[in-house]
Amino acid sequence: MSNQYLKQIVDKNYQYGFVTAIESDTFAPGLSEEVIRKISQRKNEPEFMLQWRLRAYQHWLTLSSPRWAHVKFPEIDYQNIIYYSAPKVKKDGPKSLEEVDPQLLETYKKLGIPLHEQSRLAGVAVDAVFDSVSVATTFKTKLAEAGVIFCSFSEAVQEHPELVEKYLGTVVPFRDNFFATLNSAVFSDGSFVYIPKGVRCPMELSTYFRINAANTGQFERTLIIADADSHVSYLEGCTAPMRDENQLHAAVVELIALDNAEIKYSTVQNWYPGDEQGRGGIYNFVTKRGACRGKHSKISWTQIETGSAITWKYPSVILQGDHSVGEFYSVALTNHHQQADTGTKMIHIGKNTRSTIISKGISAGFGQNTYRGLVRVLPQADHARNYTQCESLLLSNTCGAHTFPYIEAKNPTAQIEHEAYTSKIGVDQLFYCRQRGLSVEDAVCMIVNGFCKRVFNELPMEFAVEAQKLLEVSLEGSVG
Amino acid sequence: MLMIKNLHAAIQDEKQKTKSILHGINLHVRPGEVHAIMGPNGSGKSTLANLLAGREDYQITQGEMWLDGQNLMDLTPEARARAGLFLAFQYPVEIPGVNNMYFLKAAVNSVRKHHQLPPLDAMDFLTLIKSKIKEVGMDEKFLSRAVNESFSGGEKKRNEILQMLMLSPKLAILDETDSGLDIDALQSVAKGVNSLRAPSRSIVVVTHYQRLLNYIVPDVVHVMVKGKIIKSGGKELALELEEKGYGWLSESVEQV
Repeated sequence: MSNQYLKQIVDKNYQYGFVTAIESDTFAPGLSEEVIRKISQRKNEPEFMLQWRLRAYQHWLTLSSPRWAHVKFPEIDYQNIIYYSAPKVKKDGPKSLEEVDPQLLETYKKLGIPLHEQSRLAGVAVDAVFDSVSVATTFKTKLAEAGVIFCSFSEAVQEHPELVEKYLGTVVPFRDNFFATLNSAVFSDGSFVYIPKGVRCPMELSTYFRINAANTGQFERTLIIADADSHVSYLEGCTAPMRDENQLHAAVVELIALDNAEIKYSTVQNWYPGDEQGRGGIYNFVTKRGACRGKHSKISWTQIETGSAITWKYPSVILQGDHSVGEFYSVALTNHHQQADTGTKMIHIGKNTRSTIISKGISAGFGQNTYRGLVRVLPQADHARNYTQCESLLLSNTCGAHTFPYIEAKNPTAQIEHEAYTSKIGVDQLFYCRQRGLSVEDAVCMIVNGFCKRVFNELPMEFAVEAQKLLEVSLEGSVG
Repeated sequence: MLMIKNLHAAIQDEKQKTKSILHGINLHVRPGEVHAIMGPNGSGKSTLANLLAGREDYQITQGEMWLDGQNLMDLTPEARARAGLFLAFQYPVEIPGVNNMYFLKAAVNSVRKHHQLPPLDAMDFLTLIKSKIKEVGMDEKFLSRAVNESFSGGEKKRNEILQMLMLSPKLAILDETDSGLDIDALQSVAKGVNSLRAPSRSIVVVTHYQRLLNYIVPDVVHVMVKGKIIKSGGKELALELEEKGYGWLSESVEQV
C-alpha cells in the first residue's frame, strides 16, 4: 500500500553538502614513498613514526583490496587520490581559538559544532578535524587540570611521543588489513586521548570530522588510552560536501582499557551518502577496535550510521582481561543506493568475559544492509557469555537486509545466544498509527525511532536527541 | 452520522485473484444511536469496519460512504480519524519501543491540531488520562510500557477503549472488541463504551455474540451474511440469533 508515501518520506535532504572556499596546502594526487616522507616531514615527526609508516607502505604494496564484504564498488585508483590537504595557516598552527581562521569557525558553526567555548554544547570538549589536519581543540586547559590529555594526533606525536610509541598499532597492527595498512602509511591527523589512573574524565570528549577538499582521502587515526580505574565517554561526528565522485575515508581507531577502566565510544556518522541515483558519496572503510587489556575493564561501542555511499566497519573488542565486558550497539540506515556491511567482533580470551551485541538495520529505497559479526571464544576463556540480537526493518520492496553471524566457541563453558529477525515496516503498525490521527511521516518516524530505542538509550544524553533528529531528517520527505 | 449506500468491495488474494467480499451494503446510523452488526465468521463484518477506517487492502468497486456529510472516500485514514472516526481494532498491533503514553499524546494532539486547538500540555494530559484509565480498569503501569507490547489480550482491548475515551470520537466502531475477554474485562469495556453514549455520538459494535449486547444495549441490530445485511431489527433480534444460530437466516440467503 503506502510504498509511495514511504518513498517520499525516506527521500532525504543532506544539509551538510556545502563546500568551504579556503586556501589550502594540498599535495598532488598519488601515493609513493616520497609522499609518505613528505607527510611525515610536514608533521615534523620523530624517526620512529616515519619508519613505522614506511614499513606499513612496503607491506601495503603486497596487498590487494579485499572482496569479501557484501558491497559493490568499482576499483579505486589509489594514484588518483590526494593524500594530504590542510587549510593554510600563517605560522606553525593555531595556538588558541583566536588564531583559527574565522572561515573555519564559520564552517563548524554552520555544521552546528560551535568551537567557541562559551557557546559549546554543555560539557563537551571538541577536536575539529578538517580534511587532513586538526584545526582546533577546545577545553584543553580545563581537561589538563584533571590530567586528561586530549589533543590532535600530530600534537601528541610532538608532546607525548613515549605514549604514542608505546600504544600505536598495538590494537590494530599496521599489517591488519588493506585499509588499516594504507591508513598506517599515510594518516595525517586525528585525535589522541589519555586518561590517567583513577581519573573520571570531567566532560564528554568529541571529534568532529569534516572532509572539504575534492579528490581528497581522509585518513585519520584515533588513539584512546584509559589507564587503570579511569573512565571516558567519547563521541565522533562526520560530514562532507555533496560531490558526484566518491571519496575515500579510511580511518583507524584504537582503544585501550586497562584494569577497571571504561571507555564508551559513540559515533554519529553522517558522511555524504550520494544522490538518489547512487552518484557520489563517501566510501567509509574504517577499522575500529578496542582492547580490554585489564581485568574488569569495559569497552562499549555505539554507532548511528546514516551516511556514506558504502559503510564497511566492524568496531570490535578483544576481551583479554578477566571479567572484562564488550558491548556493541548499532543503528545502520541505508537509503537510495547506499550499502552498509557492518557489525562487530567479540574475541573472548579472559575468563568470565561478557559481550553484548545489539544491531538494528533499516533499509529503504535500494539500500543494502548487512550485519556481519563474529563471536569467538578461545579455549582459555572459561564461562564467557555473549548475547546477540540482530533486527532488520525494511521500508521498501527493493531494499535488502542480510545477516552473516559467525560463532566459534572453543570452550565448553561458553554461553552464546543469538536472536535475529527481519520485518517489513508493518502495514498494520502504520495503519494503526494513522487510524489514531498521525500522519504517515510521523508514524514512520515513531515506528523507526521505537525500533532504534534500545541503541539510542546507549548514547550520551546530549547526543541521544541529536541522533533521533538526524534519523528523522534522514527519513523526512524532500519538502522543506 | 454514518451513511453507507450500496457498498461493494473486493480484495486481491495471494494469487492476485480478485475476490468479492461485500455485495451492496446499506447502513444508516443516526446521531445518538448504537448499532450492532452480527454475523458468522467470514461474513465481511471486519472488512466493513476496516473499510470505513480507510484500510487500503480493499478495493471499493461500487457505492458510497459518508460521515457527517463528508465523503469518506476522499479522506486518508488519518483524515478520517481526525474527523472523528475511531476504530477499536480486533487485533491491536504492538509498536515496540514507542511509549504508550507518548503515542496517546501524539494521537490526541494531532486530532486537537486538526480542530485548531492548542496541544494539551504534559500536566493537563496526565490529569485527563489518569481519570480515563480508572474507567477502563487498567493499571497505570501500562502507560509507561511500549504500545501493546506483551499486553495480554484483555489489556490490549482495554487499551483500545482508553484510546477511544481520550479521543472522544463522533463515530466509534468496535471490531469484535469482546472476543477473548473475561467477564471483568467485558464489563469494563462495556462501561467505557456506555460512558461515551451521547446524543451527538454514534457507536457501531461488530460482534459474533449476543453476550456483549447485554451490557451495551443496541438500538438496532443488523445481521450480515456473505457480504450482505440480510436482516435488521431491534435488540430482540440479537436474542433470537443467540437461540437459533445464523443457520435459519443463511438458508434464506441461499434462496435469494
